[in-house]
Amino acid sequence: MSIEALNLIEVLINGLMAGVMYALVALGFVLIFKSSGIFNYAQGVMALFAAMTLVGLQTGQVPFAHLLNAITGMHVTHFGWNMPSGLAILLTLGVMVGLAFLVERLVLKHLVNQEPIILFMATIGLAFFLEGFGDLMWTAEIKQLDVGLPGGLSEWFEGASMALADPEAGYWGMYVDKLDVTAAVVAALLVISLTLFSQYTRAGRALRAVADDHQAALSVGISLRFIWVMVWSIAGLVALVAGIMWGSKTGVQTSLSLIALKALPVLMLGGFTSIPGAIVGGLIIGAGEKLFEYFVTSDAFHGLTGFNIDATENWFAYVLALLFLVFRPQGLFGDRIIERV
Amino acid sequence: MRDTATVEPMLDIRNITLRFGGVVAIRDISFDIRQGEIRAIIGPNGAGKSSMLNVINGFYHPQEGEIWFRGKRRGPMRPHEIARQGLARTFQNIALFKGMTTLDNIMTGRMTRMRSSMLEQALWWGRAEREENAHREKVERIIDFLEIQSIRKTPVGRLPYGLQKRVELGRALAAEPELLLLDEPMAGMNVEEKEDMSRFILDVNDEFGTTIALIEHDMGVVMDISDRVVVLDYGRKIGDGTPDEVRNNPDVIDAYLGVSHD
Ligand SMILES: Nc1ncnc2c1ncn2[C@@H]1O[C@H](COP(=O)(O)OP(=O)(O)OP(=O)(O)O)[C@@H](O)[C@H]1O
Ligand SMILES: [Mg+2]
Repeated sequence: MSIEALNLIEVLINGLMAGVMYALVALGFVLIFKSSGIFNYAQGVMALFAAMTLVGLQTGQVPFAHLLNAITGMHVTHFGWNMPSGLAILLTLGVMVGLAFLVERLVLKHLVNQEPIILFMATIGLAFFLEGFGDLMWTAEIKQLDVGLPGGLSEWFEGASMALADPEAGYWGMYVDKLDVTAAVVAALLVISLTLFSQYTRAGRALRAVADDHQAALSVGISLRFIWVMVWSIAGLVALVAGIMWGSKTGVQTSLSLIALKALPVLMLGGFTSIPGAIVGGLIIGAGEKLFEYFVTSDAFHGLTGFNIDATENWFAYVLALLFLVFRPQGLFGDRIIERV
Repeated sequence: MRDTATVEPMLDIRNITLRFGGVVAIRDISFDIRQGEIRAIIGPNGAGKSSMLNVINGFYHPQEGEIWFRGKRRGPMRPHEIARQGLARTFQNIALFKGMTTLDNIMTGRMTRMRSSMLEQALWWGRAEREENAHREKVERIIDFLEIQSIRKTPVGRLPYGLQKRVELGRALAAEPELLLLDEPMAGMNVEEKEDMSRFILDVNDEFGTTIALIEHDMGVVMDISDRVVVLDYGRKIGDGTPDEVRNNPDVIDAYLGVSHD
């Protein structure tokens, strides 16, 4: 195989891997939107908050340390333990479930039967609150997140690609990050378990029922509040997974909440109510982004057009999604909930 | 005609008034539903019939009045709690879970009958799985009863209207309700489908002793299958009694011929 072809494949693989990360965030949106018609602006912040909590627990940070110190005059920062990752992840999951419970109790419960726009606004409020609350609880500084996931160069991809290349050509082998591969595997497992859960368990059936028709679900005795807590807990789990993956990659910092912005074009492409849509949309955006960057930064493109196109990752996804919208607008809107019976 | 006059009312509706802003959908209406009867609610369009069912199953909360169920006054309850008290219903505009199969739709009807909690079922399989199988059997019996074996695995969104209505009845029956509310179960059906549906309703009432309240526009059907009829018009009650009494009630005749209104 020629080096050009191998380079292209490398770009494609890395694009798909990046796409998995986008899909992970989009998945959280879809789950909540599908079952309650709420566009949860706070999904990205939830991922950030989950990652912060995980690091905090793992490294034994004292929550609200600044606040405590300011009030009591103490100087505590750490408990002085190092919690095993597995335990810390479980506890963080517990925190996310608790958060789901509180969101239902304090916010959603009081807004039943309100317009979607009002619920959307409520989630904006939630996002700001949670961001500030997270900073207060765990401090805003950038933190390392390491739960022992494999990272660095994947020798398998390097070796396999070198075997494909002409030995004389001086090919170095492709760079694929093990962390990305791990993320892809975890995302696949997550989607499979969510699918099994929704198809084969009673709670899953109740969830699908609510997503289909609220009134009918109520009429067969399904408690919407139970479903909300469940859905937000699952969204919390997805946020935790996304937070772990992104946090391991980029460190845990406020900008992590901006990954939510990457989910938007994915959702425009895949539709707001489809789990496979979120996955496929994420992969298309990820691959499209990287391939586009590869082409416009290539010497051939530059030589041909004389253009220097920069920072494509900032805008290409949106342009792609908008183009898609022009041709397939039905991807955008989920099923509306009929209020009258 | 059966004599149900001596039987205690299962549901007693007392002086219900329901307003939507300026619209008074139901105005000071009282009537009862007796154990074991088929009670029809009729009236012209916009009379408040569906609103009345929505009050009974808890979708709407009346501004005034009381509802007594089995001799106890019912406090403010949410629809899913009322469903768990043994009340099931169907909807005027079919409200099935469109993406699910017939089987799954009817299975959701068992929700109120399941004892192991959802969490338990999600985490620990033993008892929950055994329970699931028992529910499956009940559901299969309902499918046989309604003669819809051939569409067990079909997503209901793809079914013709008449069959969807039948599946919706199946879902309500799966709850083994004490009181079954049917909002226009035969609307939009042809004669043959109406006959089938009438037969199912009578059989449910007969075989399972289920008390039924139904809204229906087809007078022939109403007169045939119901024990007693309550007539609404513009949110008021204008008649209440056996089909014969109602048929000869001058107010009812006026309402249906439009004499008093235009
Ligand atoms: N959710 C609602 N919001 C506002 N008005 C409502 C609502 N539900 C019912 N109404 C009004 O209450 C009145 C009674 O409506 P309802 O649906 O109960 O009539 P109906 O007897 O079932 O009529 P139909 O035979 O057409 O089904 C109507 O004026 C209707 O517009
Ligand atoms: Mg109606």
